[in-house]
Amino acid sequence: MSDEPVRPKPYVGLFSQVSPSDRLRLRGIIDFVIERLIQFAGVSTIFIVGLIFFFLIREGLPAFLDIPLRQLFGGRWYPIDDFFGLWPLIVGSILVTVGAIVIAIPLGLTTAIYLGEFAPQWQREILKPLIEVLAGIPSIVLGFLGWVVLAPIVQRLGAPTGLTVFTGSLILAYMSLPTIISISEDALYAVPKEYRDGALAIGATQWQAVWRVVLPSARSGLVIAIMLGIGRAIGETMAVMMVTGNAANVPGLGLDMLFQPVRTMTATIAAEMGEVAQGSLHYSVLFAIGIVLFVITFGINSLAGRLMGTQAGRRRKENI
Amino acid sequence: MTRQQAHQLAVGLISAVAALVVIPIVLVILFIIVRGIGTLDWEFITTVPRSGMKEGGIMPAILGTVILTFGTAIACIPLAIGAAIYLAEYARDTRLTRWVRLAIVNLAGIPSIVYGLFGLGAFVLFLNLGTSIIAGSLTLGIMTLPVVISTAEEAILAVPQRFRMVSLSLGATRWQTIRSQVLPQAMPGIITGVILGLSRAAGETAPILFTVSAFYLPRLPHSIFDQTMALPYHLYVISTQVPDMPLSIQYGTALVLMLIVLSLTLIASIVRTKMRRRREW
Amino acid sequence: MPNSHQVKIAIQDVSFTYSDGTEALRNISFDVYTNEIFVLFGPSRSGKSTLLKLLNRLSDLSEGATIRGGILFNGQDVFDHRVNVATLRRQISMVFAIPTPLPGSIRDNLTYGLRMGGIRSIDVLNERIERSLKQAALWDEVKDRLDKSAFALSGGQQQRLCLARSLAMEPDVIVLDNPTSGLDPLSTETVEESLQELKQRYTIIIVPHSVQQATRIADRAAFLLDGDLIEIGQATDIFVAPQDKRTEDYITGRFG
Repeated sequence: MSDEPVRPKPYVGLFSQVSPSDRLRLRGIIDFVIERLIQFAGVSTIFIVGLIFFFLIREGLPAFLDIPLRQLFGGRWYPIDDFFGLWPLIVGSILVTVGAIVIAIPLGLTTAIYLGEFAPQWQREILKPLIEVLAGIPSIVLGFLGWVVLAPIVQRLGAPTGLTVFTGSLILAYMSLPTIISISEDALYAVPKEYRDGALAIGATQWQAVWRVVLPSARSGLVIAIMLGIGRAIGETMAVMMVTGNAANVPGLGLDMLFQPVRTMTATIAAEMGEVAQGSLHYSVLFAIGIVLFVITFGINSLAGRLMGTQAGRRRKENI
Repeated sequence: MTRQQAHQLAVGLISAVAALVVIPIVLVILFIIVRGIGTLDWEFITTVPRSGMKEGGIMPAILGTVILTFGTAIACIPLAIGAAIYLAEYARDTRLTRWVRLAIVNLAGIPSIVYGLFGLGAFVLFLNLGTSIIAGSLTLGIMTLPVVISTAEEAILAVPQRFRMVSLSLGATRWQTIRSQVLPQAMPGIITGVILGLSRAAGETAPILFTVSAFYLPRLPHSIFDQTMALPYHLYVISTQVPDMPLSIQYGTALVLMLIVLSLTLIASIVRTKMRRRREW
Repeated sequence: MPNSHQVKIAIQDVSFTYSDGTEALRNISFDVYTNEIFVLFGPSRSGKSTLLKLLNRLSDLSEGATIRGGILFNGQDVFDHRVNVATLRRQISMVFAIPTPLPGSIRDNLTYGLRMGGIRSIDVLNERIERSLKQAALWDEVKDRLDKSAFALSGGQQQRLCLARSLAMEPDVIVLDNPTSGLDPLSTETVEESLQELKQRYTIIIVPHSVQQATRIADRAAFLLDGDLIEIGQATDIFVAPQDKRTEDYITGRFG
């Protein structure tokens, strides 16, 4: 029955190069070209980040070369008299951003916890689209409302003007909420169900399970959410420009500094770029502010990206 | 206080805070609608501004935003979908891939005003396109890349691996598999991402401040190298730069802008649910 | 049975390690002859599916895996860098455990491989549709609704459609990875009968649903355990009088 099997002579039918069919070869070329294009598209994102930085440097470098660093980061911003001190603008940005984050973190995390752990399904189906809608409202519309509605209210509370750090922070907080909520909700969702069940099984209430088990395990995701929220807040321009009063001064320390007008870095660029002569020192300084913003957000996002990187990778290729 | 009471107190507080987040959103939308609806008529959306923008309509601004949105789509879609395919289908876990991902996270985080500076330096001045629709579209297109890339990548990854296996096992090449199986199945998700990205672009002001926007240009643009008005910038101008501007026109403009942006968002979510329902696997 | 055998596929000292270090196959060698039904059986995770995927290089999808050894198909090494994998997969066609119609009509499914291979002629396509459906015993059930969605078919019909889809390419070898896993007994019987018909024209390699199925359909069989080839032989020998204790334990159900 089982005689020595006959081994066939090799033939070359599988080698496209050796048995050329024109169609096969053409398809090979098309595939090759398309795959190179796709690869190029992917890699171009790195290239674009580089380009953005390059053009900021190209226009902004003179500011760093012509103005002594002491003065560039000094305390006086009077462009008309050639005083280009960025310190008041940096302080303005920091104050507004810190204010926004102080408001947004408790609101955002709590809402994420509610959505992820406590809200019944029907509420989730209403609330999540609403928060998407908030992300969709243009910042100029919120700024407009802040300008015509919120600022007068703040003024009535006793501030000398309604255009203050607090007004800006409040609006910025709501603008960074969608980022914070959606990312922290993902982080809560990623906590394995067994952790909750385990806690409930040893007699914890649902709230204790969330507080003692779920939140700690979602910690790194929540940190990412807050970081991206900060990044979002510090870069926001239009709304902030309209409601923070645009006064380039460093308010004195104290609680009432929240109710003083400031001017942020973003607002300075937006407000003054239209009036400067191209190539002037003032023009370069505005680009230099752009460089500062770029570096800050690049740092925040790279850190967040690195944290995310350690979490990612698991989800891929699991949907067989 | 018993543990049960503590639990109830916690849940009560949490729901109260959630309400604090959600109620203002509803109020903002209702407020704009109530205050703006009176201004919104056929004349308002079809005529050009008159008497220093204090009368007449906002047609050039509406049209400018529509044109810019299309321009953004053209500038952004090919590159974004290419990059998404690269990440989802081709990229191995190499250093280069990690850099691409980092670049996308960073693109998403760069402030919109910095995109405006980049557009000014790169397109308006270096490429000498001037303040023009094309310069603005390119700027907005690049700003929109990360949103579209991320959603498109998610959509592509969500196509079950077994369809790729089957297609490949039937002798399709990798690209044929992507083109005839993966992309069609991922299309609802990709479209959703594109529309969402465009809705953001349509509402942005900072990137177009120095790249396209005309303060006052009561006519239609002649070509893509022309300036144009745009709704977000127009709202900024009439609310802060023009004294004694009637509030009704300001609210009307805000309402139109909000409606355009939110209807794009709405379309995106309808596409998503409709197509998902049609899916058979 | 002919008394001399053409070797269709020769597996030569093949080892396969996934990127995470899992050794799926260790030094596997055996031949598959032309026009036989060759059964690969063993407990789950014994390496059967991995081995099948190596035959048509779907294993390429496992990033970072290491492969040693060689697989000759008609005397030719499938891992040769000059091999066009699309052509290889058209000749060694695969049917998966889960019936996976592609979105689209029954017709679209049957012609997919041909269209991707550049065949456009309607006559050729129609002729292949009819022949492959008849071979898979599905023609009578679907001939009037070729343009309806493939998802409208029952599970058993879907799996026969997948078989027909592979046959439509007129491959040389058909590889089936547990093709009857989700099917009812009647559909299973239909598929098994089809296979007996098909081996007249094709070489068939199959991972069976159960030992019972293996005994029903096999000409020859190989028993895999934890990535090792334990025993190989004629069906009449291996299922009746296995040489190895482990094979015997598995067949008699005394295993794990």
